[in-house]
Amino acid sequence: MTLHPVARLAAQRIALGLLLLFAASVLIFLGTQILPGDVAQAILGRSATQQSLATLREQLGLNEPALTRYFSWLAGVLHGDLGIALSNGQPIAPALAKRLGNTLFLAGAAAVIAVPLAILLGLISVRYLNRWPDRLISAVTLATISVPEFLLGYIVIFFLAVQYQFLPSLSTVYDGMSFGARLHAIGLPVIVLVLAVLGHMMRMTRAAILNVMQSAYVETAELKGLRPFAIIAKHALPNAVAPVVNVVMLNLAYLVVGVVVVEVVFVYPGMGQYLVDHVAKRDVPVVQACGLVFAAVYIGLNLVADIVSILANPRLRHPR
Amino acid sequence: MMRLPVSALIGLCLTTAYFAAALLAPLIAPFGVAEIVGQSWEPASAQFWLGTDSIGRDLLSRMIWGGRTTIFVAAAATALSFGLGSVLGFFAAVRGGWVDQVLSRLVDLLMSIPSLISALVVLSVVPVTIPVLILVMGILDSTRVFRLARAVAVDIAVMDYVEAVRLRGEKQGWIIFREILPNALSPLVAEMGLRFIFAVLFISTLSFLGLGVQPPMADWGGIVKENKEGIVYGIPAALVPALAIATLAISVNLVADWVLDRTTSLKGGRNAR
Repeated sequence: MTLHPVARLAAQRIALGLLLLFAASVLIFLGTQILPGDVAQAILGRSATQQSLATLREQLGLNEPALTRYFSWLAGVLHGDLGIALSNGQPIAPALAKRLGNTLFLAGAAAVIAVPLAILLGLISVRYLNRWPDRLISAVTLATISVPEFLLGYIVIFFLAVQYQFLPSLSTVYDGMSFGARLHAIGLPVIVLVLAVLGHMMRMTRAAILNVMQSAYVETAELKGLRPFAIIAKHALPNAVAPVVNVVMLNLAYLVVGVVVVEVVFVYPGMGQYLVDHVAKRDVPVVQACGLVFAAVYIGLNLVADIVSILANPRLRHPR
Repeated sequence: MMRLPVSALIGLCLTTAYFAAALLAPLIAPFGVAEIVGQSWEPASAQFWLGTDSIGRDLLSRMIWGGRTTIFVAAAATALSFGLGSVLGFFAAVRGGWVDQVLSRLVDLLMSIPSLISALVVLSVVPVTIPVLILVMGILDSTRVFRLARAVAVDIAVMDYVEAVRLRGEKQGWIIFREILPNALSPLVAEMGLRFIFAVLFISTLSFLGLGVQPPMADWGGIVKENKEGIVYGIPAALVPALAIATLAISVNLVADWVLDRTTSLKGGRNAR
């Protein structure tokens, strides 16, 4: 029995993604383990005693060969055991799961606003190509692209939290908080994340639709006398879905990284802050676990982008 | 005489001003980098043009010294990523076969993890010093240069003149440096501006997170970090370096755009003047 070509291509991509994730886990492990010098020494600093060094080496399993350590780490990860944090001796998985939830909530809220907004702005830009709405949108998005996230963060804090006090400048969330209160708390970081990804998303959407607008069927639609917005929304947009979805996914992947900085700015208890804190504490097991989760989300989103563009291709969906 | 568009002129002036300030820091900075000269967060005055920072150092001096660090680190990382990325990219394109496969898959792998995450993982075990930062940023960013350089070189490697040189029996070094490099230079130079901005943002982000340039040395990301508490009291000291980063990024972008426009129009028949 032969598989449907779409299923076969998708299966190939998934296999490739898993392979990539496996390779990424090797890379993350290598990055923290086989660097020049003694990891235990690097963690504890020069003033460490012989005994504390020996204890830490024991804890990290540094006396075992690297290959053994890698596979026991990987086996643990596959069973949901991410190891023990050096800094507080607690298991990493539960702490990380809670923070991952917070991060996904923040990134999800940003995505829910940014994606439709970017596509709408892209459509408006194409409708009023080279006229003032297009130019205005272009100029504003160029400015937001050129500005680092933490600057955007402090600008919105300076104006929206300090000068006018619309929203809190620190995004404190805790257990048992109501959904509305949570949304209010993350208002500012969501604004920053939306601004950070909106520019790229909108520009690439605009480019993708413009590309389709040059095809013959759009000209036919124009000659039939359809209204410009109907042409764009009904004829151009469906054919631009594949590139647009690709753009959206790539920017969501970017959102995952942008979240690291934004969480630190707003002291939001998510994955990014967890990672940064533990890099400073040189807590290697936590850093490895966070690195792996970030890599998995990133690779996963890229994989979804690939599969959606396969699904959106009618030539593959209806094979002859 | 070519005409310089206004946007490129503004970009060029600002970029030059930032680089000049970085080079001349010891001459033009009114105070030393770690010199405490007043109260914390004094407002701007004739003595302190931008006011003072969180522990009473002159903010203008910190900005000038910080710009020197930021621009130096970013420039060094960009140089490293270009050296490494372009040579390996050309090599992969010229050699082809398994060398190309191995290098390209390795780059795919490095790019499958966001650079910031990779950098944080590595910085959790190595001591954070300037040479380490340059090395980490340079290597991580060389993957993007590699892809561009390889793509450009693959197109050039099939040209007749490269074939002629091959038949003449020249070594690979000659093909890479005498035939491919001069022809691949213009897209690479335009890309260099973008990579430089990326490096500035990267080092600033790391320093802002406390994992880049270490105090008492100044750099722009670090100055934001040191003064961020002031924001809540309405003291805009943290916005000054952030603004500098943004204007530098925009200016270099404008210049790079112009270079790209110009070199591509030159390719298309020297009719753009």
